[in-house]
Order: sequence, then structure tokens, then C-alpha cells
Amino acid sequence: MTELTELGVAAIRDGVAKGDFTAAEVAEAFNANVAAAQDALNAFIVATPDKAIAAAKATDAKRAAGEALGKMGGVPIGMKDLFATVGVQTTAASHILEGFVPQYESTVSQKLWDAGAGMLGKLNLDQFAMGSSNETSYFGNVISPWRRNDGGNAPLAPGGSSGGSSAAVSARLCPAATGTDTGGSIRQPAAFTGITGIKPTYGRCSRWGIVAFASSLDQAGPMARDTRDCAIMLEAMAGFDPKDATSLDMPVPAWEAGLSADLAGKTVGIPREYRMDGMDADVAKSWDDGIAWLKDAGARVIDIALPHTRYALPAYYIIAPAEASSNLARYDGVRYGLRDLPDGAGLQDMYAATRAAGFGAEVKRRILIGTYVLSAGFYDAYYTQAQKVRTLISRDFTAAFEQCDVILAPTAPSAAFALGDNIDDPLSMYLNDVFAVPASLAGLPAMSVPAGLNREGLPLGLQIIGRPFDEQGVLNAGLAIEQRAGFAAKPEKWW
Amino acid sequence: MSVDTATVARIAALARIKLGEGELEAMVPELNGILAWVEQLGEVDVAGVEPMTAVIENHLRLRDDVIDADPLTGGGIRDKVLANAPAAEHGFFGVPKVIE
Repeated sequence: MTELTELGVAAIRDGVAKGDFTAAEVAEAFNANVAAAQDALNAFIVATPDKAIAAAKATDAKRAAGEALGKMGGVPIGMKDLFATVGVQTTAASHILEGFVPQYESTVSQKLWDAGAGMLGKLNLDQFAMGSSNETSYFGNVISPWRRNDGGNAPLAPGGSSGGSSAAVSARLCPAATGTDTGGSIRQPAAFTGITGIKPTYGRCSRWGIVAFASSLDQAGPMARDTRDCAIMLEAMAGFDPKDATSLDMPVPAWEAGLSADLAGKTVGIPREYRMDGMDADVAKSWDDGIAWLKDAGARVIDIALPHTRYALPAYYIIAPAEASSNLARYDGVRYGLRDLPDGAGLQDMYAATRAAGFGAEVKRRILIGTYVLSAGFYDAYYTQAQKVRTLISRDFTAAFEQCDVILAPTAPSAAFALGDNIDDPLSMYLNDVFAVPASLAGLPAMSVPAGLNREGLPLGLQIIGRPFDEQGVLNAGLAIEQRAGFAAKPEKWW
Repeated sequence: MSVDTATVARIAALARIKLGEGELEAMVPELNGILAWVEQLGEVDVAGVEPMTAVIENHLRLRDDVIDADPLTGGGIRDKVLANAPAAEHGFFGVPKVIE
């Protein structure tokens, strides 16, 4: 029998249902991997082995009683520490929320537990999901399980902000994990670690109970080893929630049952603006490979134009900080979280001291930018202009989707970089999301699938962007690439 | 547009984040770098373009006018609301004195 921790979501679900192994055996195997890797990878902020075992035993009891096990029955998962979990510390990787123990469960995590999943622990991330390398966490860097093939063993970034999720899935600490994506935070870490992740259409997954960063962009999604596993988990996570004002009131399609790698009759658009000067040669080659694979799957491939692409990133870095400055105003040292009350301080001094002590440097930087662009006299020049540009970016996609069904592009401009490479230069860090941000601004479903390894032996991802609500089209193109890329590489165990 | 130390101090005060002098000085070039970079949005012709308000067309719903229709977001959960307060007192959030 294969080692249980080598199995993905579908294999565990089916194996438990058939009785090949018990859910408790699976949970124990993953609990052991989580514990063994913690010192080296730092992927989890809190491990919850008892929760994983309890959920597994409930699944085993249901099976013994002949009851239905659910879409995720017996599958233990990692939960990004941005989702509120009853009775389990939820920090957004910040000091200001250290020790915060939610009294309620986020809608998405509750749906996963209802579907039979169990929780292995809360995964590390960039603080308040702000970052592309998982270097802004108050609880320390996550180390990618991947290493370059040069023997240098430089610690590499797992991507961000869902860096704990990507490291844990690729290191076989969990078969799947939740992520959230505001401007690439599912797709870029998935690409960096050779796994698969999908951000659904804005509104598919409820935001209720997810620590807010930029509410018009934030979307939850699954990160797993392959397309089928993502389809299964997304079905369990998605669905209308009256507690989220922007939740889509639409039925959840049967994405797993609808999977098909036959792309006959489909048209794939290749956005010429994404082919930038000085593009990494390996990234360019993987993109060409992707085009060939989709043609082989029966698709027609055409060039398309997304003329406002180059303005997406600057627009994002006005809109996201503006929303963050407003959302993060709630951390005031009064109702929950950290309080710093200097001797003799009044209320205003307490706010300022609490927020100074509780937020990290990148979070402060974004709050200040957001406060500035929303301030009187500058609002129209920055924020309104950015929202107009956002409309133009969205229109670019609408026009492109009159000619094609999905869009193929690289996920990130490079493979994983070494920790410390970009941390002192915010702008170079922001450029990591240059290919991911446009789809976020337009609220479109987008996924990253592994395409191959670069010259350094590190994974590269390909991104598929779809029409609103067409997660199926995105997943199917992802499956077609997955079947042809034959990506089987995994990090060699050193931890 | 660029910011100077006084402007950053004003923004930090608006944002209720206490910055030490060194932090303030360090933040000025960082913010200016980002602001200079986003300035390029000014070259986009946005004549007649409405600012984005919703990425996916949706309508704002009203909930049924029923008290505690959803127990998770209804009332009557004072102790849960106060459970994480750094200084809960007598069923309220405790704060430093606000009137002299």
C-alpha cells in the first residue's frame, strides 16, 4: 500500500469510503508529518492533532453506521490562519491578534467540517495576507520544502500570502489546504511549490469569518496536489451565504463530475501584453509548452489584447491598501486582540500605541498608503482614478472573452526566490503578482497548475483565467495541462 | 505628488499608528517610492469611465425584518462578544478615561 501521506483528497475520500484504510489512520499519518516538519518549515502557527483525530473518528463511526461521509469525508486539511475557528487561536499571522480565540466559525471552514474534513492545524501566512513570500508573518518565515539543484541549500520562499498552505501541501503535511487570494495569494504560492490552486469567481466563497484585507478582492479557494482535488474541495467551500453581502446567490456546480480534458471547440486566448521584455526564458518556455498542450487537447489558440494590463498592479496598490486601511481600523485595543496602554495614556494614545506595537512594517506601510490615498484632497486623484482604471481592466477581459473561452498566461514572472531577496524593496516584491492581479481586479476565476521545473529544478506554474462563474472551464483547461505536463516532481525530503 | 515628514506624521496620526522619529524618517522615501510608481495611472484616459463599484454584478439584499433570525449574527451573546476583550468590566468594554 502507498504511504497514506502520498495520497490526495480524492484518493483519501475514496479509500476511506471503500474501507482500504480508516480516516483515523490517515489523520495520524498526517499529524506525524506535521509534527516532524514544524521546526524546519514553520508551516503551521498552531497544530491541532486532536481536532484531526476527532473528525476522523466521526467519519469512521459514520461509515460503520452506513451513513454518507460527505464530499471531504475523512480528509484532514490545513486551515490558513485567516479563517476564524471556534476555540482555536486565529491570528492572521499578526501580533495584534495573538491570543484571539474566535467565538464563531467562518462559513467556509464550517462547510468543510460539515463535508467531513478535519483540521490538522492553522497555517502560517503573510501578516494580514500582505506579502508574496511569507516573510511578513509575526510568527516567523515559512521555509519552502523545495531547494535549488545547485546544492547551495539557500532557504527559498514558499510564496505568499498563503505560504504555509503551499509549503504544507507540497511537503505532504496535508493533502490540501485552504488559501485566500486578494492579488495572487493562492496562485503565486501554488506556482512556487509545484501544487494546484484555484481562486473562484468573486462571491463564490463566503467571506464571513475570514479576517478582512481588501474586501472587494478577497476570495477563498482550495490548494491541493491536482485539479480534481481542487474541484472536490471547492465544491465543499463554495455556496451562498446570507451573512456575506457580496455572496453569490447561485447553486454550486458539480465541478468534479464535470471535469473533462477534451477542449475540442474551445478557444484559448494568449494575452500579448503578458509577454514582457526580459521575460525569464524558462517561464517563456513553460508558457509555450502550455500552448502546445492545450492545442493537443483540441483547443484553438489565438492572440488576444488586454491593453490596460500594465496599469493593473499600480491600481491594485491603491485599491487594496485603501480597503485595508479601512478594514484594519477595527484593531483598536478595545474589543479584542492586543492592548498597549502606556502609563497615563488616554484613549487616542492607547489606539496609536496598540497599533504601533501590533502591526508589522508591511502592514503599517499599506495602512499609511491607504490612509493617504483616501484622505481629503487626494481621494479623486488616487482612489477614484484607480477604480476607473479597474473598470477598464475589467472591460479588457469582457472584450477578450467575446473571442476566447479561457486565457493562458504564466502565474508568476519567476520561480521561487531566496528568502531575503526582495524584502527590502517593496516594489520588487509587488512585481511578483504582475500576472495574478489583473484577474483579481476583475473578480474572475483563475487557477495555477504546475507546468514543469526550471533550470534550477524549481517548479513553474501556468495560470488559467476564465469568465465569471466558469470555474468549470478553468478547471478543465487546468486538467488538460496537468495530464500533458505529467508533473510528478516533489521536494526531496530534507526536514 | 510626494510626501514629506510632516505629511507622513499627519497620515500616521489619522491612521492612529504611533511612529518613532526614526520610523517616520524611514517611511518617507518608502511611501514616495510607491506613490511615484502609482502616479503612472494618471496617464490613462478615463474620460466617461465610471469607477468600479462591484466586480460581479450583484444586488444588495435586505434581510428579513426578524429579530435574531440568524443566531450567529443576532443579539443576546454579550459574553461571547466580550470574551476576547483585553479589559472587559461589568459587562462592558473597559477603556481609559475619556473625559478629563
